[in-house]
Amino acid sequence: MATATPGAAGTKGGRWAAFVSWIDARLPISEFWRSQASEYYAPKNFNFWYYFGSLALLVLVIQLVTGIFLTMNYKPSEAEAFGSVEYIMREVEWGWLIRYIHSTGASAFFIVVYLHMVRALLYGSYKNPRELLWIIGMLIYVSLMAEAFFGYVLPWGNMSFWGAQVIVSLFGAIPGIGPDLVEWIRGDYSISDITLNRFFALHVAALPLVLILLVVVHVTALHEVGSNNPDGVEIKKHKDSKGRPLDGIPFHPYYTYKDLVGVGVFLVLFCGVIFFAPTLGGLFLEHPNFEPANALNTPEHIAPVWYFTPYYAILRAVPDKLTGAALMGAAVLLFFFLPWLDRSPVKSIRYRGWLFKTFLGAFIVAFIGLGYLGLQPAQGSYVLAARVLAVVYFAFFLLMPWYTRVDKTKPVPDRVTYHG
Amino acid sequence: MGKAALGLLTVLICGGALAQESGEHSGPVEWKSWQAHTDIANKASLQRGARNFVNYCLGCHSLQYMRYNRLAADLGLTEEQLTSNFMFSGGRPFDIMKTAMPSADSANWFGKTPPDLTLIARARGTDYLYQFLKTFYLDPERPTGVNNLALENVAMPAVLADLQGTQKAVFVLEKKNEGNGEQMVRVFDHFEQAAPGRMSGAEFDDFVRDTVNFLDYVGEPVREKRESLGLWVVLFLLVFTGFAWALKKEVWKDVH
Repeated sequence: MATATPGAAGTKGGRWAAFVSWIDARLPISEFWRSQASEYYAPKNFNFWYYFGSLALLVLVIQLVTGIFLTMNYKPSEAEAFGSVEYIMREVEWGWLIRYIHSTGASAFFIVVYLHMVRALLYGSYKNPRELLWIIGMLIYVSLMAEAFFGYVLPWGNMSFWGAQVIVSLFGAIPGIGPDLVEWIRGDYSISDITLNRFFALHVAALPLVLILLVVVHVTALHEVGSNNPDGVEIKKHKDSKGRPLDGIPFHPYYTYKDLVGVGVFLVLFCGVIFFAPTLGGLFLEHPNFEPANALNTPEHIAPVWYFTPYYAILRAVPDKLTGAALMGAAVLLFFFLPWLDRSPVKSIRYRGWLFKTFLGAFIVAFIGLGYLGLQPAQGSYVLAARVLAVVYFAFFLLMPWYTRVDKTKPVPDRVTYHG
Repeated sequence: MGKAALGLLTVLICGGALAQESGEHSGPVEWKSWQAHTDIANKASLQRGARNFVNYCLGCHSLQYMRYNRLAADLGLTEEQLTSNFMFSGGRPFDIMKTAMPSADSANWFGKTPPDLTLIARARGTDYLYQFLKTFYLDPERPTGVNNLALENVAMPAVLADLQGTQKAVFVLEKKNEGNGEQMVRVFDHFEQAAPGRMSGAEFDDFVRDTVNFLDYVGEPVREKRESLGLWVVLFLLVFTGFAWALKKEVWKDVH
């Protein structure tokens, strides 16, 4: 095995070493492997929350590969889209599996990304010097939302159609240019064949390119500043005589093998859904979407897929459409400002006081609660509950400069602690 | 012993359902909680359901994403059995199950083209279909003479009345407060048999159950294969994860 790693080139191994050095003279692959893996040092105290970055990358690859195969049989036209999905499900060899992997992958993507973001909130991974890393990550999240929305329209079920109708019409609330903007986005006076076609183009070409580019930039920025860790201490402060962080271990082989375990556990759960509950009771694939798009038949209540429902609940909690849409946008945008809203001298929740812990706990409860409410009809006590939770949601961000400054913090250790 | 207990439980459930549905009521009939209790692994039920479908439904409703020969393969039918018992309008075994009724005509006759039913069980659920097929009732104000509890002002005539018989719905007036003051609202209470059908209540329930079971299968023919394959996939992944964990432990043994 040792001879097979590019890092070992030149020691022995004859032809392989010669081959690698031939490449290295023309393209620095050994140098790349060293700087990014075998000699890239990550803190040794990563815990459960640190699996989701590599898992997000895995899901991205899964979505790209299954997406390519779906594109081979999908027809982006009003007349054929719905039927072509059923054609994939019934007539294409293993088409049903590819489609379920892709549809489940969309939800899995958001699950791992949300957990990845929770990690950043828990351990202050967005704070100096990782502000830019966080912002790039947020750009990935926003691109992912757009990608998921366009993808959801493609099966051309009735919820695809009405979901697109609702979301696109939000832009109509913008004063002045609203109505013209909506028409420009749709390319038509309502969601139609033309809209479907352009959403297809955005889903399979434009946004995947943006996502891949942003992910490369995200990982580059990460490897420049180095990973944060559950203690929120900088491992680069303590190095040995060779310049290696004392609390760091090479990403390969330590984290490549550790992440492999994470991949295994993830795939067990992922395949559990794919093979035994691909619709997850209407949560991953909504029941009304098994009826073809019908402009004359509105579903009883229109709800987006679960990963958008926290924002959807905020939108519906406000009676005025423009204010609702603005708050919904603000709910996403506020994440970008976290590095500057947080005034705490410490990063990790382990050394923060009860104020931050309370606000963060309340925020996570509010996010999940809003997600639940976004799936329910907007009436009576549901709307009231959504208003209360929306206030909690915004309080987490807007009061952050205050509560992080006055919160009592504990002394941060000099070196990472190891909880096994 | 477990099997016997399960059998007893089934009898109790069915017995309960029968008493409830046969009109011996105290309080309103809870038709919204009727459950289809279908099982796509029951091939005999699927075969009967397919028979019911081609006899009673296919005249108006297509299964445009379903091929006859897929049906034969999945339900264990020979091509001869298929062509002589399930394909009444000729055609070839690989044809899709399309109704012979032109959609323009049916739109004229019923007010709308009868919807394709390939995915109806996935869209509405089996319980809904079971309730829908059992709750047609006489309503002289409707052009077809019937209405339906599950789908109000349904365009579809009561095509199963020959089997089920006809029934009247008995409504009671109840005071209800729905935000805008107290109002008298018409609430369904129970059915009264108007004319008997060719089947008993229990026979008709089975007929509907088989038909709904068939529609459930048609919604996703690959489901049985998916689940049996899934077992092996998950089993493999568990073993894989075990090895990955052992490997990780080995690699990490010097870190502390």
